[in-house]
Amino acid sequence: MEFTNSIILTQILVTPLVGALLVALLPDRRSLSRGIALTFSLLTFFFTLHLPVHFNPTLPGFQFEQDIPWLVSPAIQYHVGVDGLSLWLVVLTGLLAPIGVLASWRTIQTRSKVFYSLFLVQQTAMLGVFVSLDLMLYYGFWELSLVPMAILIAMYGRNITENGGPRAALRFFLYTFIPSAPLLVAILWLYAKTGSFSFTTLQGVVASGTLPAGPPCWVALAFLLAFAVKVPILGLHGWLPDTFSEAPVAMAMVVAGKLGLYSLIRFHVGLFPTQARQAAPWLIALAAIGILYGALLALVQKDFWKLLAYGTLSSLSFCTLGIYGFTLAGLDGSVYQTLNEGIIGAALFVLLGVLYDRFGTSQISTFGGLAQRTPSLAALFVIASLAMIGLPMLNGFIGEFLVLSSTFSAVTWGWAAAATIGVVLSAAYMLTLVQRIFYGPPSGQVTANPGPALDLNMREKLILYPLATLMLIMGIFPNLWLSGIQSGVRSVANPPAPVVMKQAPASQSLQAGGRQ
Amino acid sequence: MTPDLLRILPEVVLTITGVLVMLLDAFLPAPSSRRPLGWVASFGVMTAIWTSLWQLSLPTETAFYNTVQTDAFSVFFHVLICGVVLVALLLSLDTLPATQHHGEYFALIVFGAVGMCLLTSAVELLVVFIALEISSISTYILAGFRKHTGTGPEAAIKYFLLGSFATGFLLYGIALTFGATGTTQINEIAALLPLVQSHSLVLIAFVLMMVGILFKVSAAPFHVWTPDVYQGAPSPVVALMSTAPKAAAFALLIRVLYGAFPLLKPMWLPLLWGVAALSMTVGNLAALRQENVKRMLAYSSIAHAGYLLAAFAGLGVTGIAAASFYTAAYAAMNVGIFAVVTVVSGYDEKLPLISDFRGLIYRAPVLGGLLLFFLISLIGIPFTGGFFAKFYAFSTAMQGGASWLALIGLLNSGVAAAYYLKLALSVAQAPAANAPSVAAPKVAVGAAAGAALAFAALTTLILGIAPGRVLNAAQAAASAFSDSQPPAIR
Repeated sequence: MEFTNSIILTQILVTPLVGALLVALLPDRRSLSRGIALTFSLLTFFFTLHLPVHFNPTLPGFQFEQDIPWLVSPAIQYHVGVDGLSLWLVVLTGLLAPIGVLASWRTIQTRSKVFYSLFLVQQTAMLGVFVSLDLMLYYGFWELSLVPMAILIAMYGRNITENGGPRAALRFFLYTFIPSAPLLVAILWLYAKTGSFSFTTLQGVVASGTLPAGPPCWVALAFLLAFAVKVPILGLHGWLPDTFSEAPVAMAMVVAGKLGLYSLIRFHVGLFPTQARQAAPWLIALAAIGILYGALLALVQKDFWKLLAYGTLSSLSFCTLGIYGFTLAGLDGSVYQTLNEGIIGAALFVLLGVLYDRFGTSQISTFGGLAQRTPSLAALFVIASLAMIGLPMLNGFIGEFLVLSSTFSAVTWGWAAAATIGVVLSAAYMLTLVQRIFYGPPSGQVTANPGPALDLNMREKLILYPLATLMLIMGIFPNLWLSGIQSGVRSVANPPAPVVMKQAPASQSLQAGGRQ
Repeated sequence: MTPDLLRILPEVVLTITGVLVMLLDAFLPAPSSRRPLGWVASFGVMTAIWTSLWQLSLPTETAFYNTVQTDAFSVFFHVLICGVVLVALLLSLDTLPATQHHGEYFALIVFGAVGMCLLTSAVELLVVFIALEISSISTYILAGFRKHTGTGPEAAIKYFLLGSFATGFLLYGIALTFGATGTTQINEIAALLPLVQSHSLVLIAFVLMMVGILFKVSAAPFHVWTPDVYQGAPSPVVALMSTAPKAAAFALLIRVLYGAFPLLKPMWLPLLWGVAALSMTVGNLAALRQENVKRMLAYSSIAHAGYLLAAFAGLGVTGIAAASFYTAAYAAMNVGIFAVVTVVSGYDEKLPLISDFRGLIYRAPVLGGLLLFFLISLIGIPFTGGFFAKFYAFSTAMQGGASWLALIGLLNSGVAAAYYLKLALSVAQAPAANAPSVAAPKVAVGAAAGAALAFAALTTLILGIAPGRVLNAAQAAASAFSDSQPPAIR
């Protein structure tokens, strides 16, 4: 068991990669490629389940660690591990992989080999982001995650407008790539000063205050900027609507949220607690305004992808709000909400994808009265919408409640009140969407489509029922998840301690840095 | 054989190969194919790689009256240059039309390699000059090999006129250096420099030499020739001349700066930083507007010269190691991307524009995938050689105290991503229904070109995943080099 624990993360990282290689080497036949992709993504998911089973929430620090030197100079380590913060994000990524494959089962018709091999590489990259404890390794996976995503958006975009796919891909890539340049400079600066890329060492050095006082401010800002784009935080969300309307379902459902939010908690708040607290008032304001702004824009969208994009902006802003309140409950809520967003977003993307496949349009006004024809589609859509709104008993409620209550009590009631209005608005846009698509008189294209094939088929039910069940379970028994999460975010929530434990490695590495 | 001759063994091997190719060309009956000559040349280059690696076992010493020095540094660049030459030869074998398989084409490439190799081991400025001329004159001729087109001769003439002008600067600089110090031996210059009375003479000599060398590496503001020449020259030749002569010129730059003029470091360091920042910015901004693939890659090579110069900002040995590593990674990915362009658009370049590459991945999945891979490496995404190259270059720049340069460089790589992506997205885009490129035949890849592509791609990948060995070699190169400096100057 010890041995399994030490290599399980590597196993999780390698499995999709092996799948990708197999898909790439075997002949380009659709059923073969997607079969292998499904097998390997299920296998990955199975391996990720090992983590929560053997995770011990009472232990501090990282578990399932593996630490191998990769390069001697510069000292880059292959160092992976999870704690309560990343644990469930890894499992979520594992869960969404087979769902992504199933969601692409029919829609990807040509070049399935390219699609599925890049899809699997993308899984490795995202999993790598969550488990890397070496900053260079982390940066490697972070950048790597861009490439398959951009290529897949370009190649398999819906092309709603002329050349829409490539343009959305370009915009997505540049939005994320350009801010990651200052991020790399910041990481290199830290390395030049400390001689280490290791997260724990750096955390110790930064906390002990041995770094010169001035630069960490811009270093922290560089970190913040790179992650904020990926979340996205209001003002940096320019890539989101295009990407949502163009990206294939399997990609769109993982593109926003978790990567950026995780990185904010781990590397911005975790490495630079002081600077993060200085930036907090601004970020709280941006988050609260983002909640309202996203919700208001979602209200007036004519296209359901765009509506989902602005709705996502709004609900991801809840997560940001929770992080920068620095309360335990708020951080818990943020991480929980990140998980929720992943699950609800996936369900909504699949559902809207089904609608788009059936009717070939995303204009809301062309739908109407669909509920009689597609009862199960409508039922699942309503469940997912209610979860997104935050109805009690469903998972969205727990996250939003934790964030809002902690913001009310510990931060300011002003912004909390604004965010609460956002909840009301989210009900407005989601329920309007449900009403316009599924109820009212049947629209022309719905009546023009006779036949029973409109409703969900077996494969789609196989995707959506587990997700819906999960929404329910996560809404009723949140403690199954929250105990693990709490063990991870507790250290972040505490105010920065003046002197920190790991003095020895920190001072050693400082000397090493000085010698260079 | 005398030990002296062993010091230039790779050059000897290459010279013999070149002469052999010329002779065989004369004896082969006129109508028969000249392809075997390409194989002879490739074999000679492989032998040269092998002999340079063998040279590692020799102690670091000078030969031929202190004019040539083999050390880890020269071996590193020998292997690098010969590797590039090998790729170019293999590529030419498959892509040159049968009528173009002239013996002299292969011979010129090999003779060019002689010059470039000699350039990296020369420690005497006159030998440097001769080596530079050998390599340049071969490339001038090769640049104009497509005689039937308008752009071919234009490229050759432009390159020749500007190139000889720049070499003139270099020669003048060498003469003035001799006037100031009384020697042209690089190590002696360093030793005598502190005793020189006339500082202005040294400065003028130094600046003139810099102009000559920076022209060869096509750093801004001496870059104007690059796009036109790259556009006109045959693609396999561009694959060669955008990497190998540049690598040789960078080796020369390192020798001159750290070998001959370490005393002037406070002066040339800011100068190089300025040139680096300018090259990156000018190269990238100009590349953004290009529609022609080869012109775009030409501007991108100017930008890469800038990144490379940024590595110099690092401290001595670290900086040299970073610059050497960058040269290797840049050579691998750039020769690779030109190889793909060559194979795809052919010798007569039917597909010169970015838009012509639309849907390549649908037509030729492997070539399209390779093109994407090299582009990703040029952008600098992790797990490719391009990433570690940038990483080392900018981290040494940081350690050398030029954080601003690293920031400019990395922001520039963001700009660069835009135009690389323009090509990448064009490759990945579904072909337009009525586009002629759909009707175009499937691209066939011959064995030789396939080997060349695989070699370049594997090198780029290995440099990105396990750069340890090459990095060690680069560090050994750098340290071997610093040993050769007189301790008084350090």
